[in-house]
Amino acid sequence: MFTDNEIIETIDMLDNRHLDVRTVTLSMSLTDCISDDSARCNAAVYDKITKYAERLVPVCAMLETRYGVKIVNKRIAVTPISIVGAACGDYIGLAKTLDRAGKTLGVDFIGGYSALVQKSATKKETEFLKTLPEALSTTDIVCSSVNVASTKAGMNLDAIKLLGEAIKDLAYRTRKTDSFGCGKLVVFCNAVDDNPFMAGAFTGLTEGECAVNVGVSGPGVVEYEINKHPDYDITKICELIKRTAFKITRLGQLIGSAAADELGFDKGVVDLSLAPTPAVGDSVARILESIGLERVGACGTTAALALLNDAVKKGGVMASARVGGLSGAFIPVSEDAGMIEAARLGAINIEKLEAMTAVCSVGLDMIAVPGDTSAAVISAMIADECAIGMINGKTTAVRVIPVYGKTVGDEVNFGGLFGTAPIMRVNTADPSKFIDRGGAIPAPIHSFKN
Amino acid sequence: MKAVVSVIGKDKTGIIAAVSAELAKLKVNIEDISQTILQDNFVMIMLVDATDANVPPDTLSDRLCKATEKLGVVVHVQHEDLFNAMQRV
Repeated sequence: MFTDNEIIETIDMLDNRHLDVRTVTLSMSLTDCISDDSARCNAAVYDKITKYAERLVPVCAMLETRYGVKIVNKRIAVTPISIVGAACGDYIGLAKTLDRAGKTLGVDFIGGYSALVQKSATKKETEFLKTLPEALSTTDIVCSSVNVASTKAGMNLDAIKLLGEAIKDLAYRTRKTDSFGCGKLVVFCNAVDDNPFMAGAFTGLTEGECAVNVGVSGPGVVEYEINKHPDYDITKICELIKRTAFKITRLGQLIGSAAADELGFDKGVVDLSLAPTPAVGDSVARILESIGLERVGACGTTAALALLNDAVKKGGVMASARVGGLSGAFIPVSEDAGMIEAARLGAINIEKLEAMTAVCSVGLDMIAVPGDTSAAVISAMIADECAIGMINGKTTAVRVIPVYGKTVGDEVNFGGLFGTAPIMRVNTADPSKFIDRGGAIPAPIHSFKN
Repeated sequence: MKAVVSVIGKDKTGIIAAVSAELAKLKVNIEDISQTILQDNFVMIMLVDATDANVPPDTLSDRLCKATEKLGVVVHVQHEDLFNAMQRV
């Protein structure tokens, strides 16, 4: 039997501290659907997804009841469509097929409208990148990611230029929804093959046939635990975060393996990312503040985030058979109540956020910028973020939204988990000569680190 | 399956009676029971075995919630594996 305190603590985390399984993501390979006949390729993709994932939503509902744990999103991640669709060239058709298949199943998102072009893009991949604005503005639940840099391959500036233009075009095409289309596109450096979180989830070519990956979250639990101990020194705080991350991750491990058993697929990874939502008590920024900062963005934020990210990894690694994905702390602006408040007050800016991305999961995430931000500036933001990832051997990413017709001082509401984004100031000095040069930055040297 | 039934709320006459009567009706065996007051709340925790239950185990939570709805308490029924996972190494 468990002690009363153990049971009450678990229930309190689930009921009052927003501990939840953020996503159960079914990762599946579509390489066997490749065909030079567009109709055949689309039919194979639709059939495979709807057959493999047929029971995903009902199984998750059943597990929610069995364990009394909320599973917020059910998602599917597939092989990059730039590969699946290269032979037939019907990328837009495939985007619509993914959208239709996902809606048939009742999943929240389907990711993998993706390309891996970190070294260089093929002719077909370049064509694919140009379809992004149309694909993401004519579908609802399809998510896209493009890997444009890696520590091993360097940085593809040609692709980065194209993506800056694609993001601007997408912002215009989805102007009626405050350019929300851009929230479904993430540009990566060092993308991982097994990430269950959107918009960046896809099934890498190194993955197997089909696996269940789980993303677990619970920033509110960590904040609550820290607030209980104002007397702890930082060493003890790190230990406390580790212990809490351990428990959170064990929940992910339990749900992931139960889902895999029920569905009959491989047990994939647990991604132990602290992913915030706009709800009160579900914020990563508030954790940093509970460690002792007046407000996120203050001096000390990067250090606090570094210790949080590292302690989360240390606690989580032991709790799970296979840790993967992005694992750490996410710092999306619009999806985090503490970040939104700091952005409104001007207490945090893009430059500080960029520094923070050097020590945590991912990067400049869900940041709304003025609609008149040029494509070159967006490309250059991507290049900066990729440079951090490339040189430091970590994943970084950019998901910015140049909101059409809006400027600094305005605010946009994307609704639900996507939250509210105050438009943030961007340095408008022109980097277009740099971006227009094109070419690639060669892979960095792996010695003489200093 | 074994599950943990927890009841949290204001102390009142008949809470244990309502829960245990419903469990008996559903042929769910109570293996252990404890009650305590925590932060002004009445907390009752039971470990139950639903192997021979005459309803699907996943519906227990709904049944107990209905049986206690007039008592103003919060009832959870959760598979014991949840607590094993989170509270045991």
